[in-house]
Amino acid sequence: MKELIKKVVETYGPAGSEAQIRELIRSEIAPYVDEMRVDALGNLIALKRGGGKKLMLAAHMDEIGIIVTHIDKNGFLRFFPVGGLSPLTLIGNRVMFENGTLGVVGAEKLEAQKDLSLNKLFIDIGAASKTEAEVKVGIGDVACMSREFADLGTRLVAKAMDDRIACAILIEALKAVRKPTYDIYAVFTTQEEVGLRGARVAAYDITPDLGIAIDVTRTGDTPESITMDVSLGKGPTVKIRDSSLLCTPSVRKFMEEVAQQNNIIYQLEVLEAGGTDAGAIQLTKGGIPAGVMSIPCRYIHTASEMVDYSDVQNGVKLLVGIMETEFKG
Amino acid sequence: MLLKKLSEAFGPSGCEGEVRNILMEELAPHVKQWRRDALGNLIAVKGSAGGLRVMLAAHMDECGLMISSIDRSGLLRFRKVGGIDDRVLVSKHVIVGSKKISGVIGAKAVHLQKPDERNQVIPLSGLYIDVGAKSKEDAEKLIKIGDYAVFATEFKALSDTVVVGKSFDDRAGCAVLVEVLKDEYALDIYGAFTVQEEIGLRGAGVAAYAIEPDLAIVLEGTTCSDIPPSKEYGYCTTLGQGPAITIMDASVICDRRMIAELVRIAKDHDIPLQFKRSVTGGSDAGKINQTKAGVPVVVISVPCRYIHSPVSMLNLADFHNTIKLVKLFLKSIAEGGFVL
Amino acid sequence: MESKEFLKLMVEQTGVSGFENPVAEVIKKTFATVADDVCTDVLGNVIARKQGEGDERISVMLAAHMDEIGMMITKIEEGGFLKFIAIGGIDQRTLVAQEVKVHGKRDVFGIIGMKPPHLLSPEEVGAAIKMQDMVIDLGLPIEQVKELVTVGDLVTVHRPFIALAGDFVAGKAMDDRAAVAVLLECLQELQKIRHKADVYAVATVQEEVGLRGALVSTYHIAPQIGIAIDVCHGEMPGVPEQDTAPMGKGPNIALGANIHPKLYERLVEVAKEHNIPYTIDPVPGPSGTDAWAMQVTRSGVPTALVSLPLRYMHTSVETLSMADVKSTGRLLAYFIASIDKSFVEGLLCY
Repeated sequence: MKELIKKVVETYGPAGSEAQIRELIRSEIAPYVDEMRVDALGNLIALKRGGGKKLMLAAHMDEIGIIVTHIDKNGFLRFFPVGGLSPLTLIGNRVMFENGTLGVVGAEKLEAQKDLSLNKLFIDIGAASKTEAEVKVGIGDVACMSREFADLGTRLVAKAMDDRIACAILIEALKAVRKPTYDIYAVFTTQEEVGLRGARVAAYDITPDLGIAIDVTRTGDTPESITMDVSLGKGPTVKIRDSSLLCTPSVRKFMEEVAQQNNIIYQLEVLEAGGTDAGAIQLTKGGIPAGVMSIPCRYIHTASEMVDYSDVQNGVKLLVGIMETEFKG
Repeated sequence: MLLKKLSEAFGPSGCEGEVRNILMEELAPHVKQWRRDALGNLIAVKGSAGGLRVMLAAHMDECGLMISSIDRSGLLRFRKVGGIDDRVLVSKHVIVGSKKISGVIGAKAVHLQKPDERNQVIPLSGLYIDVGAKSKEDAEKLIKIGDYAVFATEFKALSDTVVVGKSFDDRAGCAVLVEVLKDEYALDIYGAFTVQEEIGLRGAGVAAYAIEPDLAIVLEGTTCSDIPPSKEYGYCTTLGQGPAITIMDASVICDRRMIAELVRIAKDHDIPLQFKRSVTGGSDAGKINQTKAGVPVVVISVPCRYIHSPVSMLNLADFHNTIKLVKLFLKSIAEGGFVL
Repeated sequence: MESKEFLKLMVEQTGVSGFENPVAEVIKKTFATVADDVCTDVLGNVIARKQGEGDERISVMLAAHMDEIGMMITKIEEGGFLKFIAIGGIDQRTLVAQEVKVHGKRDVFGIIGMKPPHLLSPEEVGAAIKMQDMVIDLGLPIEQVKELVTVGDLVTVHRPFIALAGDFVAGKAMDDRAAVAVLLECLQELQKIRHKADVYAVATVQEEVGLRGALVSTYHIAPQIGIAIDVCHGEMPGVPEQDTAPMGKGPNIALGANIHPKLYERLVEVAKEHNIPYTIDPVPGPSGTDAWAMQVTRSGVPTALVSLPLRYMHTSVETLSMADVKSTGRLLAYFIASIDKSFVEGLLCY
């Protein structure tokens, strides 16, 4: 599975520019699903028939990035963030455009570190002039972080673990599931990082009986971290709340029961700030029961997001368990 | 001139009636079917080609003020409708209520201010509207609590190409849409003049829900900051350099296929065109994009300096080029030159 | 049931946003005595329907939210102290030294503790204590705490209903259960008068975390008119008069973009006709109430908003007048009785 993870995390795909990652996922899941389509916002919606109720599983395939808004006469690019990006994580980092162009993030002279903000930063793609830069990059072009996948043994590090690790888990679960008890709509959603936009329209179209998002969550296991009872290596989480939703109690209970029945370790997650696709799914039409399985992840929204491989494998097991267990709530 | 009429019309969010009437009158010879809804959106329906359903949207409302109470002395206290910068309010002429009463926004005179006050923004609590009433009872004959107020700016031409007036955001978009609707297209066109954009993109979503468009074009008067002390990378748009296409803003990521087609048309027809070079702020496109199973959208704007203030400025060449570009885009869609 | 008794039952129950079930049970039982049927939707909204008369019926939805702000356990620290976050907008200053109930395997009493004033450093004196620095102390050894409490358990302030002088009452969650009591008053009044509207009285969920219950219940019901009943700030010292409404002088009727002008006009007419006192509330932008969500549901719903003046909002001693509850209930009932099909059709003619 590590090979698959490496492929999906390294692929380009910021919010609104998901074509490359969509094609990769499409080719990975094609043999394992009955139907596939792409909607108006670029969501990849795959159907695996098992009869019964409609289960929507959402893993967002977009990642955070930057969008070019200006090219100066010396070929430097100014940019805005696409999704939640801190300037603290950017200086010296490399970014990658859809056509493969690489750039490095530099900063204006700063009097003090606290003066650092995104509008003091620029991207250098190695062009000596505006004309030279415009051969490779134009205004409105979008880039993601450029960083190789690293296998540290138990722990894995990469850009875009948020939320490609969930894409990988969903792909593996589609391969592994034997007796699905639902018509499973596996949705690889777009534009989550800018406001849960893909999941919202996909859920409207599908109108599932049950919606579960797979995402990453923060942890409280690093020095002087946030107060949170989630750690790497203690299993995937069953979410209770985040800023976007209060998980439907019957769904939370169902997910806990599936984990217990299959002897899968899991953690309970109360996330103070942050949202997931499930928030959009839950409020669709007259309301849809919704829950979230998260993979604990350190350093979210940086170029080096870290997860634990055992949490990932347990995540696949829990997701397969969900696919094969009827939700009666 | 339609732009003048629209600019001078009274229409803060939630009180768009006067603008609605001007639009219906102007379009009467060209539009046979109108729809209105629970929020007051006005939708012109044209064509029955049974082909693609195209929604065009421009918002009728503007930022303004609302009277919240009347002092014993007859002065009016107010709240803001939409995102007005507090700093632009003091010493302006405003029009209040359905009786269109003239008033001025007053504050403590410079002579009475402490030295440190002069460098501070006057808070809303330090401002009031004076309509010349002698007492609360006197004021109540003219004004009701909840009455709206807007700036009393007259539309003016500063040159052959540059005009100033209030509310070009988004009466410029409304005027563009009117001109576009005067032509015929082999498409099902829904020209939506929306309400309540300035207080949270309220009208566009419900209009799109009813229309169910295949694609949508939002017409705006948008931010332009090509003035000192802005640095070039902070201009957002530049006056006189053509219609501005939004690639992304805080509410939406526009459809890349539609953007590419607009760029092609502009190039083929020698229409100047620029991209909006900022992603802050939202637009009706955000709500339309998120309607039902999703709608591809693009935003085309006339650059306007000093929006959300009593007086904004635009270049008529940009305005006319926006009309031209939108018409050509619709023809291209109708001719199947552009497929989603 | 008397609305005061109903309100007491409600505010002494728990029903934190997303977990409204305990208070919903009380409401369902009571609404069943005055409605034709009562159901609960996917998110837990309680929907009571009272059918109108005749063939030309119309539909009106009344929404009052039953959820309350509260807290949720995030971690059990060494020593058995509990860390927590807020669910909804809590003023952290009001939490200090409160008695709370932790809703674990069973309800457990606890105290939100603080360092005694004797031990404060000069910088700490006078600064508000942040929620992230507070802990809940159950007075139990950690082993016992871990048996009773898990991450995600809810916490509410322990506050029995308080009857004050005259017809004033105080307690937690008066925002917005006093408005649920208004729904009962309205439904009871409607048993005595004829009306053509099918009335959907909805006790909504998750208002405090983003108007979520109103969003889905309005979609589900698809009413022709929606009216939210919420609370506004009651008159009190230190707050400008223009930002408050007087207590005991009737409902505060909103106007502005969130409100259909013809609904506002009709509400005022009805109030005058029946000698119901009222005040008016100009709302220039977002009303921050269920009306804001209802208005933009589907292809749009004409909405109105009436509010009960209430002091000390989002604390455990929210105070209001029962006279306002009763007069608001009557106003809504007479309004409903006054409308018909042609009135509803007129709402689309701008």
